[in-house]
Parts: sequence; C-alpha cells; structure tokens
Amino acid sequence: MPAAAVEAKPNSQPKTGRNSNIRLRERLAPVLVVLPSIALIGLFVYGFIAWSGYVSLSKWNTLVRNLSFAGLENYRFLFQDFRFQSDLRNTLMFTLLFIATCLAIGLTLALLVHANIRFESLFRNLFIFPMALSFVVTGVAWQWILNPSTGVNLLLRKLGAEDLPAWYTSTTVVPSISLGQIDFGLPVALLAVLIAAVWQLSGFTMAMFIAGLRAINEDIYEAARMDGATERQILRSITLPLLRPVTTSAVIILGHISLKIFDLIYAMTGPGAAFVTDVPGVYMFETTFRGNHYGQGSAIAIIMLLLVSILIVPYLISSMRKEEA
Amino acid sequence: MKLAVKSAFVLSAALLATLSACSDGKETGSASPSPQSSGTAASAAPKNEGNKKVEIFSWWTGAGEEDGLKALIQLFKDKHPDIEVINAAVAGGAGTNAKAVLASRMQGGDPPATFQVHAGAELNAGWVAAGKMNPLGDLYASEGWNEKFPKELIELVSDKGQPYSVPVNIHRGNVLWYNKKIFDENGLTAPKTFEEFFDVAEKLKAKGITPLALGDKEPWTAVHLFEDVLLGTLGPDDYKKLWTGEVPFDDKRVKDALDTFKKMLTYINKDHAARNWQDASQLVAKGEAAMNVMGDWAKGYFVNDLKLKPNVDFGWTTTPNTAGMFMVISDTFGLPKGIKDEASVKEFLKVLGSVEGQDAFNPLKGSIPARIDADAGKYDVYGKQTIEEFKSSKLAASLAHGSAAAEGFVTQASQAISIFVTKGDVDAAAAALVQAAKASGIAK
Repeated sequence: MPAAAVEAKPNSQPKTGRNSNIRLRERLAPVLVVLPSIALIGLFVYGFIAWSGYVSLSKWNTLVRNLSFAGLENYRFLFQDFRFQSDLRNTLMFTLLFIATCLAIGLTLALLVHANIRFESLFRNLFIFPMALSFVVTGVAWQWILNPSTGVNLLLRKLGAEDLPAWYTSTTVVPSISLGQIDFGLPVALLAVLIAAVWQLSGFTMAMFIAGLRAINEDIYEAARMDGATERQILRSITLPLLRPVTTSAVIILGHISLKIFDLIYAMTGPGAAFVTDVPGVYMFETTFRGNHYGQGSAIAIIMLLLVSILIVPYLISSMRKEEA
Repeated sequence: MKLAVKSAFVLSAALLATLSACSDGKETGSASPSPQSSGTAASAAPKNEGNKKVEIFSWWTGAGEEDGLKALIQLFKDKHPDIEVINAAVAGGAGTNAKAVLASRMQGGDPPATFQVHAGAELNAGWVAAGKMNPLGDLYASEGWNEKFPKELIELVSDKGQPYSVPVNIHRGNVLWYNKKIFDENGLTAPKTFEEFFDVAEKLKAKGITPLALGDKEPWTAVHLFEDVLLGTLGPDDYKKLWTGEVPFDDKRVKDALDTFKKMLTYINKDHAARNWQDASQLVAKGEAAMNVMGDWAKGYFVNDLKLKPNVDFGWTTTPNTAGMFMVISDTFGLPKGIKDEASVKEFLKVLGSVEGQDAFNPLKGSIPARIDADAGKYDVYGKQTIEEFKSSKLAASLAHGSAAAEGFVTQASQAISIFVTKGDVDAAAAALVQAAKASGIAK
C-alpha cells in the first residue's frame, strides 16, 4: 500500500482545519484502495456462499427453478444416502493418509536434500517437477499406469507375479465395519488415487520443509554439538520442533486440497465401483449439473465448506491472536 | 496524497474491467471447479449484429459421429452460405460432460441456438417442463413431418400434442454383439433367450474365454445392460408402465430382472470398473471376450476405428428375450427460447429433418434415419437390417440415455445399479429404485 504523500502547502488555512483535513484524507485513502476488492470478494465469494446456502435449503431439485423452503430436507437426504456416506468415509480416509504420507515423504526428502548441499537444486527441481503438472494430467497418467490389465500389472506378470493387485478397481474395504448403510474402513481402491496424489504433492511439501530448514540458525546446531548432542537428538529436539510452523502450513495447504479434491478423481477413476473412490466434489458436480439436483448439490457444497472450515478456522484464530499479541 | 487516491481509482477501474471479463464465465455459484470450461469457449466469440449464425451444441466428438455432424454442417453451408455455423461440441460419452455444460448455459440465460437432446423425458420432463423450449408444431406442418416420422417417435418428442424437437437419428440399444470367430470355433450360435445366453456363457467360461465384456467406469453402461434385461423380462408394454408408475419397481419381475442381471455379472471381465464402453468393445474385437451389450454406436466403433468387417469379424443379435423390440435412443434438436436469430435455427432444423440431411448424417454416424422415407441403399448391411426391423418392432424408451425418465431419476437409478453391481443385494436395489421413483414423481 502506498503511503499517502503529504505535501506541505503554504499557509492559507487555519492550522487545525488543515490538519484534520489531512488526517481525514489519510484515513480515507487506504479505505478507498481496499474498497473495490472488499466489494468484489463480498459479492463473488460471500454473496455466492450465501446463495448456495439459500439454494441448499430449497426444493430446487429439477430443471424447473423452485426456491420454496424445504428446511434441512436436502441435508437429511444426503446423510442417509449410500453415496454420500461413502464420500464422507473416503474423504476422511484420503485426507488423513494423504497428509501423513506427504509430510513423511516430504520431510525425509527435505532432510536428505538439505544434508547433501552439493546437488540440492538438482534434487529439489526433480522432486518438485510433478507439481508443475495439472491434476488432470496426473490422473490420466496414473490411470494408465495402474490399469489392472495393461499397466504396471503387465510388468509384474512378466516378473512372474501372480494374484496381481486390482488397484483402483478393487471393491474391498478394510476393515469392513458396518456403519449406517456403508462398510466403514479404508477402500483399497483409494490407495491407487493416494499414490497419484502423493506423487504430485510430496515434492511441494519437501520444498516447504527445505525452506523451513534454511531458516534455522546454524549457531543452534553448533551449540548443540558442543554440548555433545547426537545427530538423532538434534533432529528430535531442535529440528522438528523448529519446523512446527512449516508443518502447520503444510497440513493446512494439503488438507484443503484433499478435502476439495475433484479433478484428480474425475480424470483417474470417477466415482468407482460402489463409490469406493467417490468424493464430495465429484458427487456435487454430477448431482448438480447432470442430475439437476441443485438443492442437494448446494448442500454438498456447503458441507464441503464446513469441512474445510474445521481445518482452517483454528489456524486463522491462532494467527489473529498472534497479530494482536 | 493525490497519488494514493488516484491509484485507488485506477485499481478499482482495473478490477471492474476484470469483473466484466469474468461475467462471461458460465459457472453458477458453486464451490466446485468445472472441468469443462472449454465447452463454453465458443460462446465468448464476439457478437456481430446482423450476422446470421447458428451455434450447434452436441457431444459428437468421437470418430464417425463427428464425421456425420460435419457432413450435415457442410450440407447446410451449401444451402445457406450466408449463415455462419459454430460447432460447439463437448467431448464425453453419452453426453456426460456436455449435459453439465448445457445445464449451466441454459440456467445462465445463454442458450446455444440448438442443442442435442435425447427424445423422451430428457426433453419433455427436462427442458420443455422448465419452459425453455419453443414449440415446433408449425414447422412440422409446413415441412410435412407428421407423416414422415413414426408416430411413436413423434410422441416421444411431444408434450401435450406439440412437438418440441426434430429427431435426426435412431440408435438401437438392445443389441448383443459377438465375436464371430470365437462363436464359429466353438460351434456356438448367437443366444436369443436368457436360457441360451447362460448356456453359451457357461460353455465359454469352461473354455477360459470371458463370456461378456463390460466397461462400467462410466456407470451408464451398467444401466444400459440392466435396462435391456428389464425389457427382456417385462416385455415392451409393462416396461413402459414402469415409467408411468403403473408397475412399481419392487414388482416381482423387476426383482427377477435384477437376479438375471446379477447372474450375467458373474460372466464379465474382472477389470470392468477400469474400462469404458470402447475398451469393452475392444475386448470383443480382440477375441479376449466373446460378447458385449451396447447400442449400435458400437458398430461404428468396430467398423471405423477397429477396421472390422460386419458378419465376418463380428455378428449381432437382439439382447436376450427382446426380439421384435427396439430400445430407442434418438438424438433430436430443438429451438430454445431466447435465441436472437430464430429464422436461421429453423433453416438448420429443416435441413436436419430432411431426407438429404438424415442420409448425409446417419451412414457416417452408424445410426439409422428417423424418417421412414430415407434411402436404405446408403446404409451398410447392419443399417439395412435395422431400418427394416425398426418398422416392425415395438419401441421402448431407454433409461440409461434419458428417454424413459427425468434426468433426476436417471442419476439416482444409476447410483442404485452401480451399488448393485458390487453388492448384489436385490432387495436393496429395488428399494433404492422405488425411492428414486418417489423422489422424481414417477411413483404415485
């Protein structure tokens, strides 16, 4: 933001008046600068969220617009719907595994690359490169690689393996605990999607951790070594605690990607057999724009928003507190 | 100070410019990204007033169908060189993506000049009920179409006695394709009944050949197979009553059909969930599977893409128990409300409904003409036979392709079938279908 440049003018007005005038302008300028973006965000983000919320409470589930009030009927329908229950299970499993795997691989790679300063830029670029691709491309590529009859299974068969994995066509859920209408557990087919997603984003996680490692002052390590700490102790008591802010950022970025994931699934597997790879984003798209269930689609969108909020709001609150402190 | 205020104005002007550029986007306010923004690119073209043009929206982007569309457009251009044609096709089998793009354009008040829509509920329960279409009764009268299209077909595109779209083609859904070499080598004949089908399937399975190919990565293919089983189980009259609510979905015969369908699924390829319909057809073409059930666009795929010869490499028959029946999938084009240049669209519809137009389009598309007076000599052996059978068959509306019931029921029924393919729970599937019928107003 450009600071208001105050020009001293010759004395033509009484002093106080001019001062208050300037103060007013000084206060007004920043407001004017942010006003357009506030207006745009107000309409296009919050206005549309409100509209979606409104539609989600309406009876509009055909091509014919019907905005009469339906209460929570659309939500009630979703929570007893086999497909949506599957989606919630898949989102939960996928998000947990995706974040954990990306963090583990990202951190490991970061520590290795950081320790080996000589080829750092080469490795860094090598691992970050998948991120340059669009999720759609990743999805299509991994769909071919993991196709049970033509992909990596051909290679395995040549190596003499039998009883080959079904990858994303598997319909098994482990462990299969009956819950509501669905079997609760981890759908094996999701692992195939997980491989593709982790492949794409663990390099990005690594980059974040490298940046975090760079920011740690060497003197701390020196002091620790002087005190005779082993490398393992240094990692556990110094490096990891100091990387906590980076980890938090990574969890939030990866978390919101995985909760809203759409394009990867859409390109790679679609909803899958008995919805083992379906996610709320895909269901929302299909039910809204293909089935014309606008009310139900909006309800899914609102639920997705709430899921992401659960992840992000605590972070926002804590960062606001920090600013105030 | 002045600088700050000025920059604020410049900034807001810039933002407003972006805003007006954004308002061309066809997204309705949703949190989900649309993978199909490419489909709307054509609509962003500058609008030249006084310039006649027709934008044709379809999902014909595959081999054969695209050639057919181009031939039709070429014919139209020859007749009307003064009208600009925009081919706004969106890729995706069975219109899966195109329908989404179309819905957001229609809801957003930016209808294409004319668009591909299946005859039946997709048109009537959808766009006509929503009040988005112009009636075409006058056009039918002036072109003499009331005598040129089969009565049952005109009924499928009419609401309260008014036609709302012009059929361009007829596809048949209840076709069983089979690999002729496999059948000849094993001394098998094409099955006509469920009993024969399972007999053949058992023999093939014993030889280690996959009897039936299915590719249900897109769930409509499973629904397509199931509706043919339904038709074979209930017969055309009672099949029709499913869509009016006279026969409920928990009827014993529907459950029988589900049982038969389940039994069929024990004979399919393991990786069916990873394949689309083309992949399933390829299995039959390569001799890795013996049969598949698909609409006759599969013939176009066999002949044009895989270079197979009809009656040499592959054969066909009706799906079990559906001889003398015809599962109709008819593509039609209508006239949406709110089009500037209606006269040009009507000119296009006239070409589309003419003998010349239908004979330019259908031989390439692999479908048969919707008119009863088209030139059968232009069609291949399969086409000739189908044209004949169409005249004497009982017509049935396809569920998978949106003719039998409203889109809302189709998506929920697809979900029920998709779950059934994996779980095989007949009662649960029937209950889900009943529930879907209630929700979409089919069942009383």
